[in-house]
Amino acid sequence: MSSTNERQTPNGGLTFFAKNQLLSADDVARGLKRMAHEIVERNELLDDVVIIGLQTGGKPFAERIVELLRDISKSEVPMGMLDVSFYRDDLSLHPVAKSAQTIIDVDLTGKTVILVDDVLYTGRTIRASFNALSDYGRPKAIQLCVMVDRGHRELPIRPDFVGKNLPTSEVEAIVANLEGVWIGEKK
Amino acid sequence: MITSIRGGNLLSLNNVSKEAILEVLDTAESFVEVNKRTIKKVPALKGRVVASLFFEESTRTRLSFETAAKRLSADVLSLAVASSSVKKGESLRDTISTIDALGIDAVVMRHQSSGAALQVSRYVPHVHVLNAGDGQHQHPTQGLLDTFTVRQVLAEQRGTTGLESGAELFQGLRVLIVGDIRHSRVARSDIAAYAALGAEVRIAGPGTLLPSSLEGWPVTVVDDFDEALAWADVVGLLRLQKERGTGSFVPGLGEFTQSFGLTLERQKLLKPSALIMHPGPMNRGVEIDSRVADSSQAIIERQVTNGVPVRMAALYLTIAGTSEGSDND
Repeated sequence: MSSTNERQTPNGGLTFFAKNQLLSADDVARGLKRMAHEIVERNELLDDVVIIGLQTGGKPFAERIVELLRDISKSEVPMGMLDVSFYRDDLSLHPVAKSAQTIIDVDLTGKTVILVDDVLYTGRTIRASFNALSDYGRPKAIQLCVMVDRGHRELPIRPDFVGKNLPTSEVEAIVANLEGVWIGEKK
Repeated sequence: MITSIRGGNLLSLNNVSKEAILEVLDTAESFVEVNKRTIKKVPALKGRVVASLFFEESTRTRLSFETAAKRLSADVLSLAVASSSVKKGESLRDTISTIDALGIDAVVMRHQSSGAALQVSRYVPHVHVLNAGDGQHQHPTQGLLDTFTVRQVLAEQRGTTGLESGAELFQGLRVLIVGDIRHSRVARSDIAAYAALGAEVRIAGPGTLLPSSLEGWPVTVVDDFDEALAWADVVGLLRLQKERGTGSFVPGLGEFTQSFGLTLERQKLLKPSALIMHPGPMNRGVEIDSRVADSSQAIIERQVTNGVPVRMAALYLTIAGTSEGSDND
């Protein structure tokens, strides 16, 4: 775990120092599999489902979910990537983060969009993504799938599919990827 | 050396680092996507006010800056200089103070005097100033959009993307800039941008249209124009600027075309892969033959198209950016 002891956050800003590993790669894989099954259960006809990964942390999870849905239902679910940098309400508080590509090739009107992200925290990224999505059409429904829900919501937002609930303190930081979930601090 | 334009001004590309230029180009890549959507607008600069002050005429730069500001949801105050108090003799300082009193976040300014943008940035230090061309000095967004366009086209040819290739495609890239270098702010910004990114720049033109001193310029002057055409990967043409008195520097337009115009004959000397650029507006038949301008080697229209995302990036980084590190959990 030495390689994950210290890592840059995706934006190239603060450095993350890991203290404890909370979930192993196997735990993450199991969580994803369970969520994929729940997605199929809830959206029987995956026809109208579009998976949208939130850049940059949600991307690997979104890609994995699409693979799992293919295994479970033999159907190919379209996927997109969304970067919400230009939709944030805290641009004046936070400096401009390095933006990543948005790739959404489908008209979202009438579709069920499943947003996929790594960690759900204040809910502000999700709020920004609602604004962004509305510029790509009018989805029939939006569902939210996150690997980790760490609490401390500042907005009335609740996930539909959760890999793991991890109550945390606000001073702590969480990093989640396909290799596992760590708790630590950012400096 | 400026290492980032975040939270600052964009006055010149001299003394701007490779990292700062790449930051603009990479941010512009994100805005290309916005410009392809049905709803070409993001709320990044909602509630911010951008004043557009063009003391000199312009079609593409003005339209593209104002479009860029609007696509970022900023409000645009556009001063039509010809029908403003400037005509009554109001000084630049008073015009700026008046506009500043209305509450603005940024000024996009074109002016016939070199250094005008820098001067304005001193008058209103709390306002972000973006130079849209000052006399014969600089036209930084043109330098940025030209390098952005070259990177985009070369990346496509190599089956990669501009974002992935970083500054790599500029390593040893051979750039030839032709024509009225002396009066050209585009040439000065282009040369600075290409050189910072690692390209090799040569210039060609009649002796009277070269700067009187090239001290400190990262360029070499070409002896044989035809040889240089065969050498180049990118040929950047410049407009013969009649309004800056070019007429007295060359015996005649015909003679200029004969010695330094990109004619159909000369196009044959170019490598098949070489790219032809022009910042516009073109004097067809003078610095470039009309058929050359419309050939597949010319990427002039893409330069215009890319003006919007590149200017969005410049506005976004200067206005919304602060110079500290970044983190947005």
